[in-house]
Amino acid sequence: MAAKKKSFEESMLRLEEIVARLEQGEVSLEESMTLFEEGTKLAAACGKQLDTAEQKVWKLTKGADGAPVAQPMEE
Amino acid sequence: MTASQQNIYTVTQVNTYIKGLLDGDSALNRIYVRGEISNYKKYPSGHHYFSLKDEQGALRCVMFRSAASRLRFRPENGMKVIAFGRITVFPRDGGYQLYVDAMTPDGVGELYIAFEQLKAKLGGEGLFDPAHKKPIPRTPETVGIITSSAGAAVHDMLRILKARWPMTQVKLLPVRVQGAEAPPEIAGAIAYANRWRVADVLIVGRGGGSMEDLWAFNDERVARAIYASEIPVISAVGHEPDVTISDYVADLRAATPSNAAELAVPDQNDVYGALKSLQERLNQNQLARIHQFRVRMERCARSRVLTDPMAPVNDKRMALDYTTQRMNAAVERTLYAQRQRFAALTAGLDAMSPLKVLARGYAVVEKEGKIVSSVRQAELFDQLHVRFSDGTLICTVNEIKE
Repeated sequence: MAAKKKSFEESMLRLEEIVARLEQGEVSLEESMTLFEEGTKLAAACGKQLDTAEQKVWKLTKGADGAPVAQPMEE
Repeated sequence: MTASQQNIYTVTQVNTYIKGLLDGDSALNRIYVRGEISNYKKYPSGHHYFSLKDEQGALRCVMFRSAASRLRFRPENGMKVIAFGRITVFPRDGGYQLYVDAMTPDGVGELYIAFEQLKAKLGGEGLFDPAHKKPIPRTPETVGIITSSAGAAVHDMLRILKARWPMTQVKLLPVRVQGAEAPPEIAGAIAYANRWRVADVLIVGRGGGSMEDLWAFNDERVARAIYASEIPVISAVGHEPDVTISDYVADLRAATPSNAAELAVPDQNDVYGALKSLQERLNQNQLARIHQFRVRMERCARSRVLTDPMAPVNDKRMALDYTTQRMNAAVERTLYAQRQRFAALTAGLDAMSPLKVLARGYAVVEKEGKIVSSVRQAELFDQLHVRFSDGTLICTVNEIKE
């Protein structure tokens, strides 16, 4: 399986870190370009996640083995 | 008037008719009655039979096992209580009675005392300790809701979660929120949610109701389950003024279920704003950085080494030329001095040259290679060399005169 996709929160934290790092200023031009590119991608990804978000509701019931069974709930 | 002119009813018909009248009266279907317990009897079936009475009268009551199991005190004769239920006819004997659904002690408030006692106990054990409270995640991916799937509360929560943070994944764990089964179900659901890690944050609660309705959230089992939860718990019980033990133990207390939904997730508008601001800072910063580098680059570009790259070479060349010139001058001076000296010496030498003297008519006399400067150095018949400027005469001494 591919690397786990960053959660929204992880993306936001990384974006905040990048901005703080760049604003501190002690990075080389090359490094700043790399960070800038990563930051821009993260911002776009976060925005997209927000734009396309759709609430999902599951009702959990206990399965035969005790593990939760999730049934989607229609509203 | 005779019996034949009138309808004649059976007992059952009468009882059924009266029962219909009573059942149709909404005031009797949900009624609170205050009175004192007498003739209290508990049958092996689990049903409780008793009367409620006051100064003037009595009312027959029955409490079935299911309702009785929810009692939080042991009823005794003489106890003043408030019973809630419906009044209807028991066709078997034609008597009407109160079918009691719930009953609480009247007066001081047993619940209040029980509440205060449990609060003191759990508080003493440190269950309300702020240090134990876990932070609520800023943007949980999954929100677990432990409440009744029937009430309005769950719909309010889902609506608000959706409006604020549409990417929320909601896991609903339906439980009963009132009655004797409610506390173990709620506590069980909290433990279950933790065991299977179903969510990043849990909302545990129910909509508003009487103090009795909310009582499950004053249960010690629920309190301990909330305390033991590794997933942060937001309590959401009843309305703003209702405070339950669960509220004290929870990591965060919400005034209402709707408020819990607001506390559990951020508002997407705020996050959009924050994201936009981060993006702007990112762009601003990078533009500023690039500008700064450009300024640096331009300053370098204007420097002499780049605008006039031959300058150092030329400088060196000039220095070299200067040095060469100095060297040449020095050599020339030396040569001149030597030349002068040579000329002087040559002149001196010339003046002293014997050839010059000879040229004037003098001659040098030599005998056997030695200069003869006196007549006494020669003897008769010696052969003498007389040197002139242009040659030598070889002579013999014929006579010596002194």
